[in-house]
Amino acid sequence: MTTLHMVNKSPFERNAMKSCLAHALEGDGVILFEDGVYGAVKGSAVTGDIQGKAGAVKVYVLGPDLAARGIADGRLIEGIKVVDYPGFVDLVTSHERTQSWL
Amino acid sequence: MKLSILVNEGPYTHQASDTAYQFTKAALEKGVEIFRVFFYNDGVNNGTRLTVPPQDDRNIQKNWSELGEKYKLDLVVCIAAAQRRGILDEGEAKRHGKGEGAANIAPGFRISGLGQLIEAGIEAERLVVFGD
Repeated sequence: MTTLHMVNKSPFERNAMKSCLAHALEGDGVILFEDGVYGAVKGSAVTGDIQGKAGAVKVYVLGPDLAARGIADGRLIEGIKVVDYPGFVDLVTSHERTQSWL
Repeated sequence: MKLSILVNEGPYTHQASDTAYQFTKAALEKGVEIFRVFFYNDGVNNGTRLTVPPQDDRNIQKNWSELGEKYKLDLVVCIAAAQRRGILDEGEAKRHGKGEGAANIAPGFRISGLGQLIEAGIEAERLVVFGD
């Protein structure tokens, strides 16, 4: 029973991403979108939170929201996959449920 | 695959409406069925026909109406949330004595109750929530 966790808040504004990663189970997915994409940038104070779950939880980031914020793919934590809106839809349909961390 | 969408935020304040629209559009273009889009709380502000954004800006309300028309979408605004925020259809405008022409529900939207949200959650395989 896999869950797609949806995080749309910057990890520097709220602790949604941190809580989400703490609750995510093996096989779950996390998509970072809107201001949540800041969590995907490497070398930040929260990079370790994502790296600590590497292997167990797959992390995705919404490409158009990265572009809107001027974040190039080269600045992302290794292992994070960039998806577009159709890819976002695929993630929703390929996981058994979604949870929005609002 | 059948999805329902819940939009909890108004346009132009947060990105939630934009994301919900882009997601819904992408899903429909992929052939994924959208059972219903339910607008709750400030989300009801997506459904007023009186929205007039600058010409060089996206018109979120119009985008929803056009998407709704193209794919025969069921766009539902919550009645209690709508009345608090001055979103009325003909029937509600009349019932509350708001006078001729007060109805401002946007084309393709309809006003209904929370039961429609519950049904959207039951009937669809996923309920995808966009908010702040």
